[in-house]
Amino acid sequence: MKNLESYLADHPFLKGMGKKHIELIVGCAKNVRINPGEYLFHEGDEADLFYFIRDGKLAMEVFRPQKGSIVFNTLGNNDVLGWSWLVAPYIRHFDCRAMDVTRAIALDGNCLRKKCDEDHELGYDIMKRFVNLMEDELMALRLQLLDIYDTPIK
Amino acid sequence: MTHLSNNKPVDTQITNAAFIPEMFVIKKIRKETEDTFTIELAAENGETSFEFLPGQFNMLYVHGCGEVPISICGDPNRPNKLFHTIRMVGDVTRAIRRLKVGDMLGVRGPYGKEWPIEKAEGKDIVIVAGGIGLAPLRPVVYHILNNREKYKRISILYGTRMPSDIIFNKELESLRGRFDIDLYVTVDRADQKWMGNVGVVTTLIKNSNFDPENTTAFLCGPEIMMRYTAIACQQQGLAPENIFVSLERNMKCGVGLCGHCQYTGKIICKDGPVFNYDTVKDLIKKREI
Repeated sequence: MKNLESYLADHPFLKGMGKKHIELIVGCAKNVRINPGEYLFHEGDEADLFYFIRDGKLAMEVFRPQKGSIVFNTLGNNDVLGWSWLVAPYIRHFDCRAMDVTRAIALDGNCLRKKCDEDHELGYDIMKRFVNLMEDELMALRLQLLDIYDTPIK
Repeated sequence: MTHLSNNKPVDTQITNAAFIPEMFVIKKIRKETEDTFTIELAAENGETSFEFLPGQFNMLYVHGCGEVPISICGDPNRPNKLFHTIRMVGDVTRAIRRLKVGDMLGVRGPYGKEWPIEKAEGKDIVIVAGGIGLAPLRPVVYHILNNREKYKRISILYGTRMPSDIIFNKELESLRGRFDIDLYVTVDRADQKWMGNVGVVTTLIKNSNFDPENTTAFLCGPEIMMRYTAIACQQQGLAPENIFVSLERNMKCGVGLCGHCQYTGKIICKDGPVFNYDTVKDLIKKREI
């Protein structure tokens, strides 16, 4: 069975990160489990954690008054959830609900921010990885906004 | 023989016979979604066989209305049944939707180049479809199921706008039950009743299990979707020459004579609709064509 350190070291998001930095990150990590239907967080909550999803499925939602929630993204195995912990005022912008039993490693954003402030090499490394994640998510979002399937094909 | 302006000979048999539709009877009509339906056809003259290759299309003709190119979406191993899945997007496709079981439809074809399914034998296969783009790929899926031992890992990634836009629901459910195929369906948006994936189809590529050195990818859907899917495939290490796309332009003759579907030096109806991505990757980004 993998411990937190070896799991994080093998995670694609942290691929190539030095052992020293992995050890620093592990100090901010803990295992979490969310049952189906439970909310990991709601819009407006403090964004104190981010997650490496080990297995399961999470739905990112926006609540629309009198219309219910709309799911705009789902995340699963090996996905990384959350970058609001990096951007002041560290507040969640969406709801996140477990669709299946989901196991994840939660990283304490406050703890990691402090370590990044103390060790700028770690901070720069983390920042580069999150910029890649943001770019991937932004690209996917743009394609969603394009409503590409509206284009008729024969 | 006659000659076109470029002085290349043209077979008169093609020029004459190719424009006469054969009459087919509509045997069944199945509603797939609000704007998409599948028809089953049988030849009026009683001939029961309609041979075709996966990826080919027919020109469907409605009297007094016009013709449209529509991919054949049945099982190539069962040529006694001719299937077309059609989305209502114009006058002709709406006219086809108004037809009833027993009505007649003109059919010319099959036309066009096929998906290179035989060259893909011995490899992992990634099939990525968007919206009604699953229909031209359905014969590929049938072929693979009929010849499962000839292929390695099979991933089918299918994206639509909403759950209600998913076509071939029952078949997808049955594919999901197989242990030798990975099927992932995603939608762009959904309410909380939907228990599947939400997000664009390109996001499924990174989690697909394939060997980039030994994989062939077949992509079909809106051109913009194929463009970004091809990029996502390349980011996973797939070479452009191992990616195939199905293109479309406004077609008229279906046999490469009229030039309506000209795509720079290529004619979609004759040189395509299936193209190696490596040969069109620069064209696909051009705004003028």
